[in-house]
Amino acid sequence: MATLVEKIWNAHRAATTSSGTDLIAIDRIFLHERTGAAALKSMAAAKRRVRDPARVFVGVDHIVDTRPGRSDATLMPGGQGFITETREAARAAGLTIFDVTDRDQGIVHVISPELGIVLPGCTLVAPDSHTCTQGAFGSLAWGIGSSEAEHAMVTGMLRLSRPKTMRIRLDGRLSAGVTAKDLALALLARFGAGGGGGHAVEYAGSAVAALDLEARMTLCNMATEFAAFTGIIAPDEAAFAALAGRRYAPQAFDSPYWQSLCSDPDAIFDVELSHDASSAAPMVSWGTSPEHSIAVTANVPQGPARAHEYIGLAPGTPIAGTPIDVAFIGSCTNSRLSDLRRAATLLQGRHIAPGIKRALVVPGSSAVKRAAEAEGLHHIFAAAGFEWRESGCSLCFYAGGEGFSPGSRTISSTNRNFEGRQGPGIRTHIASPETVAASAIAGVIADPRNIAGALT
Amino acid sequence: MTPFTTLTSIAIPLLRDNVDTDTIIPSREMRSTGRTGLAAGLFAPWRYLDVDSRLPDPDFPINDPRAAGAQILLGGDNFGCGSSREHAVWALAEWGISAVIAASFAPIFKANCLRNGLLPIEFPPAAFAWHELSIDLAAQTANGHHFAIDPEAKTMLLEGLDVIALTLQSHAVIDAWEAADRKARPWIYLEPHA
Repeated sequence: MATLVEKIWNAHRAATTSSGTDLIAIDRIFLHERTGAAALKSMAAAKRRVRDPARVFVGVDHIVDTRPGRSDATLMPGGQGFITETREAARAAGLTIFDVTDRDQGIVHVISPELGIVLPGCTLVAPDSHTCTQGAFGSLAWGIGSSEAEHAMVTGMLRLSRPKTMRIRLDGRLSAGVTAKDLALALLARFGAGGGGGHAVEYAGSAVAALDLEARMTLCNMATEFAAFTGIIAPDEAAFAALAGRRYAPQAFDSPYWQSLCSDPDAIFDVELSHDASSAAPMVSWGTSPEHSIAVTANVPQGPARAHEYIGLAPGTPIAGTPIDVAFIGSCTNSRLSDLRRAATLLQGRHIAPGIKRALVVPGSSAVKRAAEAEGLHHIFAAAGFEWRESGCSLCFYAGGEGFSPGSRTISSTNRNFEGRQGPGIRTHIASPETVAASAIAGVIADPRNIAGALT
Repeated sequence: MTPFTTLTSIAIPLLRDNVDTDTIIPSREMRSTGRTGLAAGLFAPWRYLDVDSRLPDPDFPINDPRAAGAQILLGGDNFGCGSSREHAVWALAEWGISAVIAASFAPIFKANCLRNGLLPIEFPPAAFAWHELSIDLAAQTANGHHFAIDPEAKTMLLEGLDVIALTLQSHAVIDAWEAADRKARPWIYLEPHA
């Protein structure tokens, strides 16, 4: 009678110290150029070595330019140094790097399953809060700091107390135009940005089982916005099929071990929550925390005065109809092929409104970009008035280089609407790719269900 | 890591919920791959009326004259949410903060504090605003109020241990575990990179 998290935890516990802390074996480590160089430099300065370089992977996603024809140069002051220092440190340590111009380049959480690096039942860490995205494949994957990344690389272990467990059951059928992103925002709106309380959250229920793997990644991605230790979904045949035969994955997942990767029927969670997925509507954030999210058909509620002041929307204002300046589709939350396909379906034969100053699509990986181009999606986006970019994290956050015009209001398929997240004074509304596309067409925050004939 | 034993300081109140690491140290203030040079960017969007000229906002708590030399910061719920950037802790420490008392912490931020000798205390903070506080980690008290802390984290902080060195002392256990695991889960172990 164990939960999935307990099973994975126990299978990775190499020792328990006298103070009750566990030494947990780490199977996979990912670094990126924003926080990885700090860990690698610190390790080298201490004259320490990576225990098993073959299981440490390095991506270039956070600072890398996403404009066409890119190189190591970035618009961010000092940005190039992050890329070159990470590359040099990674090579010196014998790590596998998916570099700026590699075919495999992309956001680390997007390329990891593409390459079969994340596996069901494995432990995977990265100095990146959205590492929880990879829990979609039944991996215990969580974000850490640079010091912990250094610890994991050098020792193969992390020192941890097992997190408490939470199960969130999502049952019912999603209605047309409602996505995993909307479920994630609905949970944040209902239970709060602190609602996860450091628990390892297993998402379960018929609505979760019905999600494809890319949508499950979106749901797990926002576990960190929920203050969870991580999010995880028990792997099913779809998860195994998505990974089997990938470069770093087994050819098949056919031994009984893989079938054991689920919570036992009588497993006891520290907390159980449930939410009716069939009642979910397209959601959009109104304020400066992801918990400030409402149905796109709703009015802005009473929230913290500071949030209303920053975002410039008074309580009682209908969120739909709010004029926007910028539309952004991308990020580890919503930048996979299915996300781009769904947005393109709405944008096909349509154009962004005249008031939209900028619209961008940034694929989550170079492989996603190639696949989208093979389907002609880039032509649909371009015809609709969207820029088509190289892959990376791009303007999900502002690093001091490329940015939106001061004061812009963005509708964004990203994960954080914090004050200044996308740049000083930028007002961010997070939503699904469908809602971003519909809003770009309308020029105002809009319900994607109102785009005639586009949603089934 | 510098040991943390006792601390007496004024407590600076920043009693907002969901203070995120993007605000503690914005990405644009992280200008090198090092761990230093971050104090001036601490809370930059809130601390300065104009970030470029570094014109202080006199209403922001750390600009209050009472905050001069203070080492304790008070926060609300879910303090340190958002990005995993350890730079948030490095920036706080470089500015002079040695302990944060908050209603609750985001998990990654809390872990990062513990690896840098910065004490995170989960405790209702409001009553401490601008008070002088005495923290005794061995006794787990702040002005006599008891607080909880993980036993190993407490030892790490009290003794200022190098946690990597500590774990490396267990190399025999780790080696034995891995040797067994290589047989049990061979798919985890990859060929060395060419």
